[in-house]
Amino acid sequence: MEKKFMNGNEAIAEAAVQAGCRYFFGYPITPQNEIPEYMSKRMPEVGGVYLQAESEVAAIYMVFGAAGAGGRVMTSSSSPGISLKQEGISYIAAAELPCLIVNIMRGGPGLGGIQPSQSDYFQATKGGGHGDYHLLVLAPSTVQEAVELTMDAFDLADKYRNPVMLLGDGYIGQMMEPVVFEKKPSPILPAKDWTITGAKGRKANLVKTLNLDPVILEQHNLKIQHKLQEMARNEVRVEHYLTDDAEVIIAAYGTVARIAKTAIQILRKKGVRAGLIRPITLYPFPYKAFEDIASRVKKILVAEMSLGQMVEDVKLGVCGRAHVRFYGRTGGMVPSYEELVMETERLVKEAL
Amino acid sequence: MVEVSGLERVFSRPKSLLPVVTHYCPGCGHGITHRLVAEVIDELGIRERTVGVAPVGCAVLLYKYLDVDMYEAAHGRAPAIATGCKRVHPDLVVFTYQGDGDFAAIGTAESVHAAVRGERITTIFINNAIYGMTGGQMAPTTLVGQKTTTTPMGRMVERAGYPIRMSEMLATLDGAAYIARVAVSSAKYVVQAKRAIRRAFETQLKGLGYSMVEVLSHCPTDWHMTPLDATLWVEETMMKVFPLGEFKVPKELV
Repeated sequence: MEKKFMNGNEAIAEAAVQAGCRYFFGYPITPQNEIPEYMSKRMPEVGGVYLQAESEVAAIYMVFGAAGAGGRVMTSSSSPGISLKQEGISYIAAAELPCLIVNIMRGGPGLGGIQPSQSDYFQATKGGGHGDYHLLVLAPSTVQEAVELTMDAFDLADKYRNPVMLLGDGYIGQMMEPVVFEKKPSPILPAKDWTITGAKGRKANLVKTLNLDPVILEQHNLKIQHKLQEMARNEVRVEHYLTDDAEVIIAAYGTVARIAKTAIQILRKKGVRAGLIRPITLYPFPYKAFEDIASRVKKILVAEMSLGQMVEDVKLGVCGRAHVRFYGRTGGMVPSYEELVMETERLVKEAL
Repeated sequence: MVEVSGLERVFSRPKSLLPVVTHYCPGCGHGITHRLVAEVIDELGIRERTVGVAPVGCAVLLYKYLDVDMYEAAHGRAPAIATGCKRVHPDLVVFTYQGDGDFAAIGTAESVHAAVRGERITTIFINNAIYGMTGGQMAPTTLVGQKTTTTPMGRMVERAGYPIRMSEMLATLDGAAYIARVAVSSAKYVVQAKRAIRRAFETQLKGLGYSMVEVLSHCPTDWHMTPLDATLWVEETMMKVFPLGEFKVPKELV
């Protein structure tokens, strides 16, 4: 299998094309511009559509229209642009439309900066827009993993009729690494007999989000919740790294998890038996991994490029059975492995 | 239905219009416009490949009245949704049906840029100079001096600016192929309106670009008028600010 040296954004775009994505709607924003740029060239080559919308708001509703019409479709943006898309994401979740939304996170709040960040964790995993819904959220920590998760994302979206978000920090988008493109065969996916194709020889189809009758709306929301519970049973992905004999755990995702691996190697040379738990699906979150580890490891350091977001889910998983400490950098600053080594050593030495 | 022998049936419900009672107030212009759209769809023989996009506003339940595939959009986003659909299925006939708040306030960017791109979609734009569904607040097309629940002293230009003329504005754009303003206040205008709606759909069918028909519509409930007075107000007051006519016609249709 041929290896290609690509930056994360371009690799995500190529992976999407190879996964059968044929419609891309977006609006430029740093640090994800290589995705729309790549798509503007690549989509016409495969008979697909690239459209630069007038705004992120318009782009997400073009996704709504294309997904409702049965197209394999995606959009990409970065934090402030994803905020603009939240209205449409809520509508897409409500209408149960499959699609991929890529967020290459930068520092916020507000216009913030253009350096890497993980401060959209809450927005991605806890709703973001209004109403009772969740996205399925995938968080790669290498360019190769970004490719694989992008390819899986479309099948997952179709399987559950739920929007999927690929949540990467700016490093994932900008870093160049060798990658291999290998699409797994898609599982058997549900028929798209509900889509808008013209009412020829059948009753008219309707894609909507309005349910004025609260009885009906409650039933609809419960149906969405059952899908999410099904996802939690089937789709949780998590990496364990040197956790078998660990006396202390670092919990991190994305780029921070890579930094943590270096820190763990240093810690082990210094005699500290550290391990890593890396959530790959941020929703559904691997609560069980933390529940299990808390029965034998009493100290967990959660490291993020934020002021503490995923740490809340780790605490929910641990449920008071281990001590959870947080260390984070924000605004585009990245924790160094030295910082993680120091924080972990401090935690290990502390009497509980 | 009983057919009387010897008499020719000259008037019936369009097939694309479902046989249901609408939620519209007595004297509203939406019902007439719905019927015109359905008649045009029937006459062009495109029911099985037509897609409608309903707005947020009084026509939010449009999908209950037309027998075609439909989306129900977020407020103002219908042209973007129509764009997404049309790009997946270029052979479908896709139209949006939007009110003045939807098309000319919250969704102005989506409206303008669908026209800028020359998107092969059609918009039926209902301008009744007021927000009907939410109970009579100011619209972007509310006339200067017109009383609404949020301009209780009448729309004052110092505070709320001027009514927006979407037809004139969109007609300046190269991507807009057919732009017309019509009314449905009396039989004469209804006939003209139907002709414009038909031409707008024909513009799309021929792939000539974006098409839009602005329909001056009457809202007796929120204007606090009798239905008859409301139709007169359209003709005597609204038309002075929003003159009727075809602002842009592609040469292929002339």
